[in-house]
Formats: sequence, structure tokens, C-alpha cells
Amino acid sequence: MITAHTTTIVLGGEAGQGIQTVETLLVSLLRAADWHVFATKEYMSRIRGGSNSVTIRVSRRRVQAYAEIPDILVALDASALAHLEPRIAPHTRILGDTAVLGSARRITDVPFQAIGSALGSALYANSAAAGAVLGIFGVPFDLVSAHLQRRFSAKKAEIITGNVEAARRGYAIGAELQSSGGLRPPAPPDQPAGRELLVNGAEAVAIGALAGGCTFVASYPMSPSTGVLTFLAQQAQSCGIIVEQAEDEIAAINMVLGAWYAGARGLVTTSGGGFALMVEAVSLAGAMESPLVVHLAQRPGPATGLPTRTEQGDLQFALYSGHGEFARIILAPSTLEEGMLLTQRAFGIADRFQVPVFILTDQYFMDTYYNIPTPELPEAEPLHIVETDAGYRRYALTPDGISPRGIPGYGSGLVRVDSDEHDEDGRITESMAMRVAMVDKRLRRVSVLTAEALPPRLNGPADGSLLVVGWGSTGPIIAEAIAGLGRSDVGHLHFTQVHPIHPTAAGILHSARKVVLVEGNATGQFGQLLALHAGVDISDKILRYDGLQFSVEQLQEEFTRRL
Amino acid sequence: MDPKTYDVHDVDVAWCPGCGNFPLLAVLKKVLAGLDIPPERVIISSGIGQAAKTPQYLACHYFNGLHGRALPPATAIKAVSPDFTVIVESGEGCSYGEGGNHFIHTIRRNPDITHIVHNNMVYGLTKGQASPTSARGFVTPVQTTGVFEEPFNPIAVAVALDAPFVARVFVGEQNHAVKVLQEAIQHPGYALVDVLQPCVSFNKVNTYAWFKQHTYVLDTSYDPTDRAAAFRTATDPERFALGVIYRTERRTPFERNLSAYAANPRPVRQRTIPHECIQAILAAKTV
Repeated sequence: MITAHTTTIVLGGEAGQGIQTVETLLVSLLRAADWHVFATKEYMSRIRGGSNSVTIRVSRRRVQAYAEIPDILVALDASALAHLEPRIAPHTRILGDTAVLGSARRITDVPFQAIGSALGSALYANSAAAGAVLGIFGVPFDLVSAHLQRRFSAKKAEIITGNVEAARRGYAIGAELQSSGGLRPPAPPDQPAGRELLVNGAEAVAIGALAGGCTFVASYPMSPSTGVLTFLAQQAQSCGIIVEQAEDEIAAINMVLGAWYAGARGLVTTSGGGFALMVEAVSLAGAMESPLVVHLAQRPGPATGLPTRTEQGDLQFALYSGHGEFARIILAPSTLEEGMLLTQRAFGIADRFQVPVFILTDQYFMDTYYNIPTPELPEAEPLHIVETDAGYRRYALTPDGISPRGIPGYGSGLVRVDSDEHDEDGRITESMAMRVAMVDKRLRRVSVLTAEALPPRLNGPADGSLLVVGWGSTGPIIAEAIAGLGRSDVGHLHFTQVHPIHPTAAGILHSARKVVLVEGNATGQFGQLLALHAGVDISDKILRYDGLQFSVEQLQEEFTRRL
Repeated sequence: MDPKTYDVHDVDVAWCPGCGNFPLLAVLKKVLAGLDIPPERVIISSGIGQAAKTPQYLACHYFNGLHGRALPPATAIKAVSPDFTVIVESGEGCSYGEGGNHFIHTIRRNPDITHIVHNNMVYGLTKGQASPTSARGFVTPVQTTGVFEEPFNPIAVAVALDAPFVARVFVGEQNHAVKVLQEAIQHPGYALVDVLQPCVSFNKVNTYAWFKQHTYVLDTSYDPTDRAAAFRTATDPERFALGVIYRTERRTPFERNLSAYAANPRPVRQRTIPHECIQAILAAKTV
């Protein structure tokens, strides 16, 4: 138990066993009972079998970070115990069916299988397991019963009854464990937060896209980015937008560029290997000065790598993707709220500055959810287009390098965009003077982009005993690890825009006495960018690239060692 | 409308003297003028190659994108702006080679666009290598002992995929080409027009004279709605049929299948997402 106000529950079982159903059930009901909840999962790349786990943290306070050591481990099969062994601590209470797990370990026997079988189906074991956990937390059973009835409403009456009854029997055991079995969850929150938004990272990015005015989505499914495509496809009809599954990633991104040209706001969502196929079109966006938004959910490479795992390994790939020289912006949300706000922002700035904007997330971010106050999403920036006239020139040379953008159908001018080097009209040119003028024009906006960059967020002192530097999805984990140290002399500098880097970063880093970099990759890619663009070489790095996210415990131990 | 409406002045044309692209450019102007489509209602998406430069010399909107990738942007442009005439213009290397996957899947998706493929059976801009439609035995600096691959048959592939409109024209038969291209533009859904044309610089085999000898115009007894007959015509080993080889009214265009247009005909380019729509999504996710 990291803190007295939070309980960490880990569910382990094989794919197809219903572990995700249990996760959804627990998170919704614990939230409905006013707890703060956090959930994330790690899973194998297969449809059935293997060994997967879900981590749910239940707290009196807001909780937004992954912790690895379970206070309660619910093992649905024997392989879960072996798979989760490294995470089991002396205080971990293991709940499971000893008939299935054997009695080699100190297991608190909860006969999930027997309960299910007695009621007529082994599948009810999941509801029994969920019931046990909810019993421990004292979530009122009528909430549980109502939720199950809603969830299984499309099924036959006996299936509904079976699940409710299995949950009731599990619940009774859970309640007993709480009252006399020494399993004491933290007291519920004193001040209920009330109803809050409960979304995962994929949904946060998708909602942010809609809030940014995204009216066109084309993608090819690829873990872990597919959740964004799925969610948007489900909103297509009600929001009146176009969502198309393309034949490949090359088609997807070229469609999105066509959509921007015609006056829509377009998004591709992909992962490393799929993005590799899109790279030529990123360069096309550079040449055409087309706005573009790419959501890149990272997973470990090279090549197919670990398809269902997490990494921060594609930062420099995104930064240097595309032949030729042109400007771009890379955002990396650290919280779900930022997932929404930064994705929304991406559409506005891509349009305003006519550049590709990347939203860099990862499998951990996609699959993580927790409750947050519903953010105030501002109205989307209006389309940054002009009404054209007969003399319209798409690539008119301007002081900041950004030419007024026209679209076909708004004004009487013709809109010509070109992949070849072109003149101000958008016609192919081989004039070297024009070539230089166009390169300079395309790069002139870099100073505007840098001035408009999001500054890194500094919490605590920059010049204390330790300054921890991170970017993207590790933010809340670093923050909780530092908070757990109980010291005021440790600072946290976190970047949610990793390119261009805001000018204030250099000063903060230079004032630090001792700096450690936290990155989910093997080479410290962001550290290299800080050396290049902020002139600070961070030699002390905490890197992780086994496919799993950092945990609060791991980072706390790493930070402690440095103090 | 006068075909001169589409003229572009003061432009340095990059084609060789005598290039088969010149007659096609003239044909295209007549096609659009004949249909009374003003330049500001035409968007041409093109790939890379000499053929793909056509929109540079025509008054219209254009998206001159990547080699092999002219179809996906055109699909999106038509979906966002269904009130425009959208044409894809590129060579056979771009359309059938580099972009082969898009060719297949665009036919499946069926946007209401016209795909004009300049087919001269050679790679011109890269100086004379084999193209996907080069005949077996065609000798080039790369295919030094002659092409041994079977030439790609775009017409047969399009018929096999039930493309709504499949045609072939020859730049030596300009009036015929104008008529077929006008039909292609007017036909709802994806229309393929494979255009036979000589490359005067790099193809000494498939010349004007050769094409005259190896083509024939389908007569009025031919029924383009008979798919089996279309397939036989498309796979004729001796001569290339000119005209509308296959046509069907059965397919619904992509744009009309999109839920975005189910209840609202307003082009997507003129839309914003209502704030209430986002509020409703947030409300559904509130626990």
C-alpha cells in the first residue's frame, strides 16, 4: 500500500476470460459510490489465452498514476499468479479459488468457480469476483444489482439472475473479509467529488479531436491507436463527420491531406509501423504547407516489436519523419485532461500555422482511465481560411512565412497546391531563386511556433536537491512518486510540448543543481533534444523499455537513491 | 462554354514536342467546356510523372500530390466537397504500379470521381524503363533482355471489381475520346478511363501507327452492361477495344454511403461540430 488513502487492486486472468468485464464493472461501480478510481491494463497480443492484468486503484483522493504492487490481487486462473509474481509484496492479499489455484500460497479462498458452477455457468465467476471486491469496499449492493441488470439487459432473464446472484454471493464473502478478515479499505472520500468524467486516453484524444473541429478521419487499425478510430467512428453519424477505414496507412494520410485541402479538418491515428508508411505524406504536408494532425500512439519497436505494450520510443522518429526540411509541432499529453485539451489545440495550431502537428501518446496512455472534473472545452478555433479572388496565390510570400489559405469553393480564386517545388501560384518551378524563397518562407514560421510553444510545467523548486525531468504519459507517475517522498526540495519539470521546446526550458534546467531524466525508451531521446535545443546535457537517466510503464514505486525508489 | 476558358498562359510546358499529353490536354478542355463546368468547379488530383503535370496547364483547382497517391486525396476531396467535379489525372506507373492498392480499393469504395490514366506503356520521366502495361519482350535499359512480366490489364481488373464505369480511349481518336470522357464524368461513381497514347521519346514500339493498328472502336451493337462480354472484350489478346467497355448503375457512390450525408446534404467543408454534440458525448461518459 503506497498510501493509507489508496488501495491497489490487480486482477489477473487470461484473455477472453472476462477480465475486462470485471474491470468495467468495478471501475463504474466504485466511481458511482464516489471513490476516486484509476485503471490501466497490460495484455498480450492475442485474442484468447495468455495472461493479462488490470490494475485498479481506489482512493479517497484523486489518483492518476500507475502503481504496481497490489494490496489485493484477484487471481482468476493459475497463470495469473505466475505472471504477477514479481509484483506480489508481503502485504498483498491474494483472493482466488483454491480449487483452481492450488493451496501452495497463502490464498484467501473465494470459490468464484464453485459459485458460478452452482448457479449454472462458470462464466458467472467474473460477477462473483467483482462482487467480492465491491463487498470489501462496501459499495451498496443495490447499485451493483442495478448495474448488472442494465449491463445484461439484452440477455435472457436467467443470465441476468445468474450474474446478480453470483455477485451477491461474492459480495457476502467480500463484506465478511472486510468486517472480520482484516481487509480494511481506506475510508470513503469525505467530500464526494460528485459525478465526473470517466474516460480513457483513447477517448480523451478522440473527444479532443471533435472539440478541435475534426470533421474527417481516415486510418488503418493498429494497436494501440485503434481506440481513437473506433470511438470517432461511433460518433460519425451524430456529429456529421466522415470516418473511413482506409486500405492502408498511405491511403489514410493522403486522404486526410485531401480533406484539409478541401476545407475539412482531418486526423490520422496510428502507431509506429503504420506511421512509418505515412512518412512520405508528412513530407507532402511540409511541401504543400498543409495543416495535418497525426495521433501517434507509441508501442515498442523496431518493426512489429511488442504490439500491445508501451514505450516512448518514437519521439525522434516523429520529429525527423519526412524528407526535406520543414517545421512541425509535437505535443505529448501527460494527463487525460491534456489528452483532450492538447488534441483540441492541435487542430487550431495545425490550421493557423499550416504545419503537421503530432499528438504523441502510448499504449499506457490509451488504455488508462480515471475520473476527472469535466473540462471546459473552449469552442473550436474557426477554420483559418480566406475568401479567394481571381488573383489568389496560395503560396504568397509573407513576413512570417504563412500565406493566407484558400479552399476550393470559398471565393472565385483557384487553389493550387503542389508537391513539387512551386512558385507563389502553386505551379511547378525550377527557378533556384524561387526555391530559396520558398524554403525560407516555409522555415520562417519556426520562430512563430517557438514563441507559441507550451512552456514546460515546473512543480517544486528547480534548484533543490533533485529536479526530475519527464515528458508525456509519465507525468502523473513522476508527480505521485515525488509527492510520496514527502520532501519539498525535489522539483518536477514536465514537458507536454516536446518540439519546438519553449525557450524557458533552458533557464530552468541551467539553474538546477542535480537533474535526472525519466524516459520510456533505451536511448534518452528527449534528453538528446534538450542537449540540442536547450544546451543541457543530462547524464543521469532513468530509462525503461521492457514494454511496461514506470510505476510510482519504481520511480520513488529511484528518486530516493539520488537524495 | 469555350474550351479556351481552360487555357493557362505564361507557363513553361514540360512535355516533349509531339507528346501524347498535348492531344489529351486539348480533349480535356473540350470535355469540360462541353459539359459547361467552369474552372472553379473542377478539382484535379494528380500524382507524379509527365501525365500528372496536366493540371498545371489547365485552369482548375489542383492537388498535385505524391507518386501513386492521387486517388486517396481525390476520394477525400469528393467526400468533403461532393458539389465539385473531381478528376484524377496520372500515368499508368502512378495509377497501376505505385498506386495499385489504391486503384483496387478506390473501385471498392466507389467515390464519384473520374480517373484518367495516361497509358503509354513506358516510364517517360525516368527515361524509358518498363511500366506495368509494357508488353512482354519490351527491351529497356533496365529490362535488358525484355519484359517477362505479364502486362497489367486495368480494364479486366476494373470489370472484375465491378467498377461502375470502365472505358478506354486513344488520343488519336479525339472526338471519340471527348464523348467517352464526358460520359465518364457524368456517370455516378468511380469511372476509369484508360487513355492509350504514344511516348515519342522512349517508346519506339507503341507509336501512333501501332495504336491505330491495334485498336478498334466498339460499335453500337456492343452492350456495355453485359459484364461477361465486358470481361471477354477486356481480355482480347489481339486488339484493344475503345469505348465504354463496362457500365453499371448498381453501385452507390461512396459519398452517398457516408452517414455524414444521410440526413444532411451540406458539404462537410461547410460544417462545424455542434457544441451540443460534444456536450452529449461528455455527458454519456460522466459517472
